[in-house]
Amino acid sequence: MFTTQTFASILPEILILAIGLLVLVFEPFWKGEQRRNAGWLTAGGLFVSMIICLLAGRPGDPEMTLGGMIRFDWLGFFLKMLFMFAAAATALLLMDHDRAGKRGEAYLLLLASLIGMNLMASSADLVMLYLSIETASIPLYVLSGFLLDDERSTEAGFKYFLYGTLASTIMLYGFSLLFGFSGTTDLYGIAGALASGKIPPLIGFGIVSLVVVGLGFKVSIVPFHFWAPDVYEGAPTPVAGFLSTASKAAGFAVILRLFFVVFPGFDQIWTMTFAVLSAVSMTVGNLLALPQTNIKRLLAYSSISHAGYALIGVVGFSQFGAASVVFYLAAYIATNLLAFGIVMAYSRITGIEDIREYAGLSRRNPLLGLMMLAAFLSLAGMPPFGGFIAKILVFAAGVQANYIWLVVVGIINSIIGLYYYLNVLKFVYLYRLPNEDEDRHPVPLTQPYMIALVVLVLGVILIGTIFAPFFNWSDAGAFNLF
Amino acid sequence: MTFPVLSVITLLPFAAGIFILMLPANRKNEARAAALATAVIDLLLSAWVYLQYLLQDMTGYQFIEKYTWINIPPLNFALHFGVDGMSAPLVLLTGIVMFTGVLISWGDDDPHVMAGIQDRPREFFAFLFLLAGGVFGVFVSLDLFMLFFFYEIAVFPMYLLIAIWGWVKTREYAAMKLTLYLFVGSVVALVGVLAMYWVQYQNTGALSFDMLEMENAGFSTAFQNLWFLPVFLGFAVLGGIWPFHNWSPDGHVAAPTAVSMFHAGVLMKLGAFAALRVGVMLLPEGAKTWSPLIMTFAGIAVVYGAYIAFVQTDLKYMIGFSSVSHMGLVMLGISTLNETGLLGAGVQMFSHGVMTALFFAVTGMIYDRSHTRMIPELGGMVKVMPFAAIGFIIGGLVSMGMPGFSGFVAEFPIFMGVWREQWLVAVICSISIVITAAYIMMNIRKVFFSPMPENLQGHMGDITVMDKVAISTLCLFMIALGVFPSIMVPMIESGVTYIMALLGGA
Repeated sequence: MFTTQTFASILPEILILAIGLLVLVFEPFWKGEQRRNAGWLTAGGLFVSMIICLLAGRPGDPEMTLGGMIRFDWLGFFLKMLFMFAAAATALLLMDHDRAGKRGEAYLLLLASLIGMNLMASSADLVMLYLSIETASIPLYVLSGFLLDDERSTEAGFKYFLYGTLASTIMLYGFSLLFGFSGTTDLYGIAGALASGKIPPLIGFGIVSLVVVGLGFKVSIVPFHFWAPDVYEGAPTPVAGFLSTASKAAGFAVILRLFFVVFPGFDQIWTMTFAVLSAVSMTVGNLLALPQTNIKRLLAYSSISHAGYALIGVVGFSQFGAASVVFYLAAYIATNLLAFGIVMAYSRITGIEDIREYAGLSRRNPLLGLMMLAAFLSLAGMPPFGGFIAKILVFAAGVQANYIWLVVVGIINSIIGLYYYLNVLKFVYLYRLPNEDEDRHPVPLTQPYMIALVVLVLGVILIGTIFAPFFNWSDAGAFNLF
Repeated sequence: MTFPVLSVITLLPFAAGIFILMLPANRKNEARAAALATAVIDLLLSAWVYLQYLLQDMTGYQFIEKYTWINIPPLNFALHFGVDGMSAPLVLLTGIVMFTGVLISWGDDDPHVMAGIQDRPREFFAFLFLLAGGVFGVFVSLDLFMLFFFYEIAVFPMYLLIAIWGWVKTREYAAMKLTLYLFVGSVVALVGVLAMYWVQYQNTGALSFDMLEMENAGFSTAFQNLWFLPVFLGFAVLGGIWPFHNWSPDGHVAAPTAVSMFHAGVLMKLGAFAALRVGVMLLPEGAKTWSPLIMTFAGIAVVYGAYIAFVQTDLKYMIGFSSVSHMGLVMLGISTLNETGLLGAGVQMFSHGVMTALFFAVTGMIYDRSHTRMIPELGGMVKVMPFAAIGFIIGGLVSMGMPGFSGFVAEFPIFMGVWREQWLVAVICSISIVITAAYIMMNIRKVFFSPMPENLQGHMGDITVMDKVAISTLCLFMIALGVFPSIMVPMIESGVTYIMALLGGA
């Protein structure tokens, strides 16, 4: 039963586990400053693992492995690569974090959470799915509260934990109903049972609602978003970046697989539900982002609205819609990690997270200013950056599915978004320090930041210009859903 | 394999922009030299395209290049470039404005003058070239998605250019207002564009953003009537159409000189061109239905813009509103949907582009030296800068539509075309000619020929050589076109014939 295909289907997770063990083994031997080497080990290891997986672990036709627990397909594979990329970037950004960077546990928790996310993207069984969601979440609870001596961080960890367990319990109840009515835990088996009409529509609606609560929490859509701003603000910045990108994308992976594969029979119910949630998320997220003065809170609300945009593609309920969501996630992961990376790099030197204190950044470090320009314009959906194509694709999917009103809401929201993103850039480019002595207050970048940020900027630009390969992979993944 | 001249014209500014950004920050003169070199090459290439088109009596789309960018169903975007009689003059116009804009921004370290861009010229030229590349891209794209892509690229550098290097008092407000207006317009048009894509797929089974194919997509009349207004007005916001013109004068006033030139000279043409190319040419039935409304809007812009310009006391606001008025004439020409009117609109786009670039250039020179733009505070500038005065007067004559200058070649057919459709509109709009003549002449008298106020005397220097080259270039084109209309009119006629075929055949 343990064939090469089986091995290939969990190759990324095996490699990640190996990296984690290496970190554990080496970390005690490093002293003082050397301890940040765990970051090099993590990032480098993930980079090598990605190459190995791309060369040796690519999926062919979709295949069930490990007794139907895992579905080995392109959707899972492409998302796994994205998660590993995000984790590698996060590890680099963590390295020079004052209090978290020299602790091997941080990297180990990151890797543990990454394994969970990878499995979320490829689970084909309810039990496996739930286990992987918990595997991904629990290390993140710890990471959010990693700064023990910081009240905000402790609060963040605790808040995230309470909300998270509550949401996942509710979702678990939905899962149990699914199992009860269909008699199987296999997602594709459940889909068959639903297709034969075993579940009455009302119960189906109930199940959909319960599951939406759990996943809505993961991807932080309104009204399950309340944790996000506090947690992002309190958690170590790189962790917040990871939470807002990879963790959110993993939630979307589950949404895609669950709703496209298991609930196509109830598509009337859940597309409408998601359409409303999407509209509300975009609007509330953007409106609440307007008055923010803390850049991490601003990014938190903006990430709520971005979950709303991505949902437009889900509402499309077509192969193109799914592809547009996956593409959106790719562009969003690179963009938002870049934004959080810059915030991290800047606050490390200045200790500042207030937007108004970003004045003069473009003179203090022109390169960092340009990167911030790229990140925020990509968030706003401006070409030639990734966010532009991504937004066009989800809007196109919405128009194709005849959800014109939803696209119009999306468009109004991108205008609001543009306003507050430009407002941040205004401080970066327009305003100056009180004494206009930017030359004497440089913002140097250390080597890990330099590598991570440059790679992310290139990613944002490449996704926005030569996006054919990225869309090709997204489309291959979406094709596997149907 | 012929030389891919259009992609070189379009992509060169992007490449140059990135190159300039990579120069060390203190190498200001190297950044300026690189910018000038790029602008000269682009001007020469666009002039070459224009001359080839003219001398070989070409018709239809020429210099066509097509490379697949992405073709993974259901997506199909192509880098599909080509120019016709309508867009070739606009490509040349962009080349001219880019060249003169770089000259004007060169910078003069003389503390009495402080002209041009002193602060961070590296970033300035890089953003300016992003803008220029986007503009070229819109004019040469035959793929609707590419057109939109470049259109958006052309919009956002405006924010930075105005907000960073603009007039301190209003730059933040104006930059944000301008960006939001243009973004609203473009995303509204985007929904229409996406709807066109999917409906084309339903009708013909073709997945393509190629505009030459979309012309035959067989959109139903109901569909065209529904989507024409969002698409046309969405793009026309950038063309400064009334009642969505409000961002434009504010933007002009706040922008630094070269950006005002780009903004009024080229960007507003971008809006009119995209509205024509996408709105009228792809949705001709919708255009027929809605043309009275467009004509009304345009007519109001013409008269109202001229009147508001008349009462302004700030030189830049005056020119800004005169741009609204003149762009109204372009829209008026488009709204006639007949050969004469469209011909006039085509010429007016070029003529106004050159003229308004000249106006803003001279205004910038005046402001850099006198530090005021208020007309009542100015006077006697002819003694300080005779060369600039001549340029301004020539621009004024063009603006009034004097025979012998390009303005006449443009405005005369527009009024003829309007007369054929709705004589009353032509009569009302002709009032604007009188108002324009009045404010242009009054301002020339006051700014250049009245006695110089005490506080201005003695400390102003003449304009630089760079400025003179820029002014001469702009004047040359306006006079040449006025005296020899045949260097442009036949070309635009061939473009108009193509549009008329779409309007008649649909």
